[in-house]
Amino acid sequence: MSIRLEEVHKAFGRKEVLRGFTIEIHEGETVSIIGGSGVGKSVALKHIVGLLRPDRGEVWVDGENVGRMPQQELYKLRRNVGYVFQFAALFDSMTIGENVGMGLRRIPEMSRASIAERVAECLRLVDLEGFEERMPAEISGGQRKRVGFARAIATEPKYLLYDEPTTGLDPVTTAVIDELIMRMRRELGVTGVVITHDMNSAFRVSDRVALLHEGRVRFQGTPTEMRAADDRIVRGFIEGRPELMGAAP
Amino acid sequence: MRASVVAPIQGLGSAVLSAVASVGTAGHLGVGALRALRKGDMWGPHILAQMARIGVHSLPIALFIATFTGIVLALQASYTFTGAIPLYFVGTLVGKTMVLELGPVLTGLALSGRVGANIAAELGTMRVTEQVDALETLAYDPIAYLVVPRVLAGAIMFPMVVLMANAVGIVAGWLTSLWLLDMSSPEFLKGLRLFFRSWDVWFSVIKSVTFGLTVTSVGCFFGLHTTGGAEGVGRSTTHSVVASSMIILVLDAFLAAVLL
Repeated sequence: MSIRLEEVHKAFGRKEVLRGFTIEIHEGETVSIIGGSGVGKSVALKHIVGLLRPDRGEVWVDGENVGRMPQQELYKLRRNVGYVFQFAALFDSMTIGENVGMGLRRIPEMSRASIAERVAECLRLVDLEGFEERMPAEISGGQRKRVGFARAIATEPKYLLYDEPTTGLDPVTTAVIDELIMRMRRELGVTGVVITHDMNSAFRVSDRVALLHEGRVRFQGTPTEMRAADDRIVRGFIEGRPELMGAAP
Repeated sequence: MRASVVAPIQGLGSAVLSAVASVGTAGHLGVGALRALRKGDMWGPHILAQMARIGVHSLPIALFIATFTGIVLALQASYTFTGAIPLYFVGTLVGKTMVLELGPVLTGLALSGRVGANIAAELGTMRVTEQVDALETLAYDPIAYLVVPRVLAGAIMFPMVVLMANAVGIVAGWLTSLWLLDMSSPEFLKGLRLFFRSWDVWFSVIKSVTFGLTVTSVGCFFGLHTTGGAEGVGRSTTHSVVASSMIILVLDAFLAAVLL
């Protein structure tokens, strides 16, 4: 059971974002995809859950070709995938409790009481106990991210996709989110894909890190391997030196 | 010189391609909505709330417009008829015009601004803030969850609103005839009954159902295809109002040609 993207190409109009993007994420591991703004990290993530379909190439999840999956099958697959959105994407018109319970309401076996119980459990996990009746507009950005996290884990998915989970957060909340990501892997064996440009966070939570550059994976390896890499693009990115990235062949 | 010839042709070509693509996308949305009708568990719980938003909350503006339309129709009819045509024809003109034309069309145009713009802005905001993507990742079909309840509510509630607007417009014309034109109620009612056919009411209902479907589905289409943040939401809202208003006027002419 794994996630595999093979030679994925994706363009929006004339802008080619992914140009042969290939990566494999094994069961139980957490892989961070790093790269500058606008290089297509989120685009790659959306392919995994079928929100985008590749122009060319293939996306495999649990041995199923997501790019060719009929919509109905896609909805079944999505019950095994949790997605943490960059800006939380909470439903404005619903309470926090209703937001977290949205995915649970799609499971026929779950009663109202068991949904409420699970919602409370997920909110407790992200330190937002008792927030059920609040509205998204009444909480801070960091809290919204944590609610988004609670919503993603509510259905106990096998895969968790994190789109910039720590961007814009203070260091303490960042540490809390990082700890949650590590806990998901450690305690529940969840396979994770993290999109980030926060290098500290990437190195802390990941088994492997991949650098996306010009639509392809430029480098991938363990955090230790990445820190030691000679590649100029990698060095330029992790050291924040644009002159190295611009000078690369 | 060559560029000045090629550029307009390229522009025309891309405009045609874009229009064809939009028609294709709209068709895809329509087929998706028909298929999503089977998913009653997704749209069913939201239909009443949408009927209230689209229908009940639109009544004040629709009835306000109808009231003043009825008053103006009575006054203009009396001005036109004076000395040439018996004044009881004021009732005929008010009744026929409200039911066949101004009730459905003015209500449709007003609601394309109120309802269509509201839907486009709401779904557009949901699109640009990734709430629509979030729905999909939570295994909800956005067409069944967002589009179907709105379009069904539009098809059900527009005729109700239009029938009430017709009635209020006629009553306003009647009261105007009594108070400002020195007509009696029997005179006005005589004119109202003179050329009345029950088909007129059905025609009004058929028009308002098509207008309801148009306004809500155009709003959903532009909302769900919003790109580009707050500016994009504004653009979608404007496009939705302009497109649905134009379609309403074209449908108005088409239905009159086909059904009358």
